[in-house]
Amino acid sequence: MIATIAAETFQALDPAIMEFPFERNYVESIVYVSLYVSLTAVALSTMVSLPIAMLVGFAEFPGKRFVIALVNTGMGLPSVVVGLAVLFLVSNQGPLGTLDLVFTKEAMIISQFVLATPVITGVSLAAVTGVEEGVRDAAYAMGGTRLDIALVTIKEARYGIVTGVLAGLGRAISEVGSVLIVGGNIAGADGTAITRTLTTAIQLEARQGRFELALVLGAILLTLVLFVNAVVLRFGGGRI
Amino acid sequence: MHRREFVAALASGGAVAVAGCSDTDENVEVGIVGETLTLTTTTSTYDTGLVDEVDAAFEDRYGVTVEAVSQGTGAALESARRGDSDVVLVHARSLEDEFLREGYGVNRRDLMFNDFVIVGPEGDPAGIDGMESVTDAFAAIAESESVFVSRGDSSGTHTKELAIWEDTESDPGGDWYREAGSGMGQVLTQADQSGAYTLADRGTFISMRSELSIGIRVQGPIEGGPALLANPYGIAAVNPAVHETVNYDLALAYIGFLTSREGQELIESYSVDGEQLFFPEALSEDPNFQQYVPEGWRPEEE
Repeated sequence: MIATIAAETFQALDPAIMEFPFERNYVESIVYVSLYVSLTAVALSTMVSLPIAMLVGFAEFPGKRFVIALVNTGMGLPSVVVGLAVLFLVSNQGPLGTLDLVFTKEAMIISQFVLATPVITGVSLAAVTGVEEGVRDAAYAMGGTRLDIALVTIKEARYGIVTGVLAGLGRAISEVGSVLIVGGNIAGADGTAITRTLTTAIQLEARQGRFELALVLGAILLTLVLFVNAVVLRFGGGRI
Repeated sequence: MHRREFVAALASGGAVAVAGCSDTDENVEVGIVGETLTLTTTTSTYDTGLVDEVDAAFEDRYGVTVEAVSQGTGAALESARRGDSDVVLVHARSLEDEFLREGYGVNRRDLMFNDFVIVGPEGDPAGIDGMESVTDAFAAIAESESVFVSRGDSSGTHTKELAIWEDTESDPGGDWYREAGSGMGQVLTQADQSGAYTLADRGTFISMRSELSIGIRVQGPIEGGPALLANPYGIAAVNPAVHETVNYDLALAYIGFLTSREGQELIESYSVDGEQLFFPEALSEDPNFQQYVPEGWRPEEE
């Protein structure tokens, strides 16, 4: 859906700017792969990150600082390194070799999940620990269960959490290192992207010295991220 | 052991040749419909658009899907070693031979060739224009310390370049020698920007020529240049005895198709800007057994 809108928007703009240099099907499928992989990865990351952020944020345990340091370090994970690690994991000889995941979207989701999770966890952690203790105390005093308290905290910290999720999405959709390695940048002979994302397509055009085309794809990527951000902020009730 | 491998290679090589011959029958019912073939190949075959062209024809005929991953020869063979691809199409005979010797690859066939050219800036500071000998040209570049951009990425082109330096008396090194660690297109652009020399495959150079100010200084064998600049491409299946998950049947169908008359004609007729990029090599009058085994390998004498 979004892919179609993006392509149509661009198509509508094109007479004004330049001849649209790509097949419509090609661009649509690339946009679809990009969104499918990154949104799935970020959704999974969020489901894992939020409980971790709540747990680390409110529980007191030995080594808590170490865990926080670990999460913050994870935000700086080089994507190529993650790509290589995931490649060894999913490669035919790797521990997950029997699942036949190498050069698939699923493998790309795994690597983007690894990249986005520390970002979402880290930012959400900062957000939930920033919620005033009084809020939690009040919820407790009003007879709230632990779940209620958690929900109240999430509600209070929602802006920070949304920022975290968007930062995670930005990390996922803009990275090229890991998806290139585990996905293989595959497009079918008919021009339908299979594991080609906007970033790997940009890399491919740049490799062939077609910088203008690479920039066109870059513009589509930026538009897309802007669009996703607008949607999330609109429905997330954002005030950011 | 070696002998048995050799015999096996011959036998299955023959099977490939037979498969290649039977392709005039339009209604071939093969048990591979709907399956997916993973091909790892080099940037030069992919970026010139050749792979898409032959894959579309292959997909059409067999009702299968080809997923092509373009990586550069070294990485393509490494993916095959791990069993992540079913078939490899590369251009560095020494690396291919290593791949065969280690037992990861079987049924290698010569597929096609084009050639390398030395490209350089307009003024030709090293004075190599039209030289007959590649090594002399490299030596001249080294002596005049003209900037030379190397692929530096274990690709087929890089392997070729290193082999030429090996034969040249001067060694690469110093400020003038730059390893880019990138694909052919980027290296050509980089050489263009910095007025440098580089070794390029003719196909990629032709497809980018309109955007470059650097030009061919030493021709390859296609235009009558030295034979050392020949650039042969080979294709090999991943050994199903090493990786039982690979799709060997489909890989052989692919090799059979590409080396058949139809496949070879596709390769021959593929052109960019009206110029033929690759020259078919699989069909020949003489049996060429050396294509199935590592170069220089001989069966033990009785």
